[in-house]
Amino acid sequence: MATQSAEGSTTTGHAGEGEGVRRRDFLNVAAVSFAGVGTVAALAPLLVQMAPSADVLALATTEIDISKVQPGQGIKTQWRKQPVFVRNLTPKEIAEADAVAMGDLRDPETLAQRTKPGHKNWLITLGVCTHLGCVPLGIGDGENKGPYGGYFCPCHGSMYDTAARIRQGPAPKNLLVPDYKFLSPTTVQIG
Amino acid sequence: MSFSWARPYEPKHPVMRWLDERLPLPRLVYGAIGGGYPVPRNLNYWWNFGVLAGIFLTIQIVTGIVLAMHYFATGDGAFNSVNGLIMRDVNAGWLLRYAHMNGASFFFIVTYIHIFRGLYYGSYKAPRELVWMLGLVIYLLMMATAFMGYVLPWGQMSYWGAQVITGFFSAFPLIGEPLRVWLLGGYAPDQAALTRFFSLHYLLPFVIAGVVILHIWALHIPGSGNPTGVDVKSEKDTLPFHPFYTAKDGWFAAFVLLLYAVVTFYAPNYLGHPDNYIPANPLATPAHIVPEWYFWPFYAILRSFTIDFILPAKLWGVLAMFGSILLLFFLPWLDKSPVRSGSYRPVFKRFFWLLVADIVILGYVGGAPLNWWRTALGQIASAYYFVHFLVILPLVSAFETPDPLPSSISSSVLHGEEAEAAPAGQTKPRRGSVATAG
Repeated sequence: MATQSAEGSTTTGHAGEGEGVRRRDFLNVAAVSFAGVGTVAALAPLLVQMAPSADVLALATTEIDISKVQPGQGIKTQWRKQPVFVRNLTPKEIAEADAVAMGDLRDPETLAQRTKPGHKNWLITLGVCTHLGCVPLGIGDGENKGPYGGYFCPCHGSMYDTAARIRQGPAPKNLLVPDYKFLSPTTVQIG
Repeated sequence: MSFSWARPYEPKHPVMRWLDERLPLPRLVYGAIGGGYPVPRNLNYWWNFGVLAGIFLTIQIVTGIVLAMHYFATGDGAFNSVNGLIMRDVNAGWLLRYAHMNGASFFFIVTYIHIFRGLYYGSYKAPRELVWMLGLVIYLLMMATAFMGYVLPWGQMSYWGAQVITGFFSAFPLIGEPLRVWLLGGYAPDQAALTRFFSLHYLLPFVIAGVVILHIWALHIPGSGNPTGVDVKSEKDTLPFHPFYTAKDGWFAAFVLLLYAVVTFYAPNYLGHPDNYIPANPLATPAHIVPEWYFWPFYAILRSFTIDFILPAKLWGVLAMFGSILLLFFLPWLDKSPVRSGSYRPVFKRFFWLLVADIVILGYVGGAPLNWWRTALGQIASAYYFVHFLVILPLVSAFETPDPLPSSISSSVLHGEEAEAAPAGQTKPRRGSVATAG
């Protein structure tokens, strides 16, 4: 350090010790800052390469044919490599869902809010438990639907009702409803 | 570490003191590349290339780890994962791949300059023989790593490179062919070879990093050499590594990284070969097959042997190629001159530049398509390479009269400034002072 200040005072000439910023200080700060900014810029590609690549994002919409799904049945499909449950609700299941008081729900939402107008019998949700991401049972024939007639997660016992709302167990939220639209009465595009 | 005036590490902050008593890692760094490592004050720019090689090793490891996250080591998927997924789909994948591709070339450029620096200034001589030999080990590991990395994109050059290089081993009598099949895990390069090359390509850079630590450790026992080749005699001859050489290395690294960026961004395929953008085809060899530029001189030596003489020509070529590098391990004992620096060896200096020209010619011949005169030129240049090390160097070191050496590093640097600064007529200018300097 002693060497540095000795050299500094000789190079600056007109500016003495302790008299504001020395030229050498400025050069040091400028050089190190420049290198620092460059290093941070070089880190950017190393970080963004981990984000979903173009081929992964290209799968971000999926079209599904629901013409074969009878009332009371459901199908499992995939969107962004995640399971999606498409369920054709029976009038009884719709009535059960509508009968629940909002105050009894952990994540209050009506069935109407979770379906499209005119398609109240089509319940489309991600098949990903909002607790820790397992696939709940209840979409396939003969699977355990749980005490509320919807879905039952075998991992940690979260129970969902016929509108796929969380009713009991550790999950914090209802099964997520993805963005989707009806392209025709029998075709749905998810994403 | 090596000199009595090296500044000891004195932690000021209580946390650093606490750490130093338990794990003296900051002390190690301070003594290795900090203010605690005294370095000759007269190093020129040729001394920057060791640090640069370290920088490019780091760049290769960092970009390589990231590329391995997106690469598929399968015969079906390798080419598409590099040229489709990485180059088109992965965010910034094109940049990382081009940075890795050209990073390999720049790693070799700076390493070659580093090696020629050592050859000219006699860096291989006592007491630094092990520094030199560990450096050659690093160089051999680099060649193996670069070769296996070039195979991974599984293009035509990758495939036929793997075929030809593993074919070297088939030259050895009896064990040759079984050895080649064992190395490839098959009769031709295929899935087994690709998977093992990927595994080893990931492993070897870390082995290189380990040998680099030994290389620096061995260097720090006698301390860095210098352009005069004269030993450090007093504190006046040295400067602490930090801030003097960190600043100089930093500025020079910025300059070389700028060149690296220019090539990576504006001519990323200049140093590569277009045939490697054709997927591997085991049924057709490209018309003109050459290795990457950094192997051209050795490729020329390999191709120089065209006539069977006691042994088959094929075996001669392979032995000569490996021998051209193994020879360098004996360099400290082939060149017996007590003067290290080529600057004070008038005859050696001429032959040094002749050797550089010879290796450039070998590189040209190795990279160009063969015809009668290039074959002859390659044979002459290959012969001269061995004659230089085995005949010329021992003879020159025996008969040459070196120029007078400066009495110390500081006297070679201070061209009479002390005399100039003294009152008129009180001090005589030293011998060898240069009046026009400065």
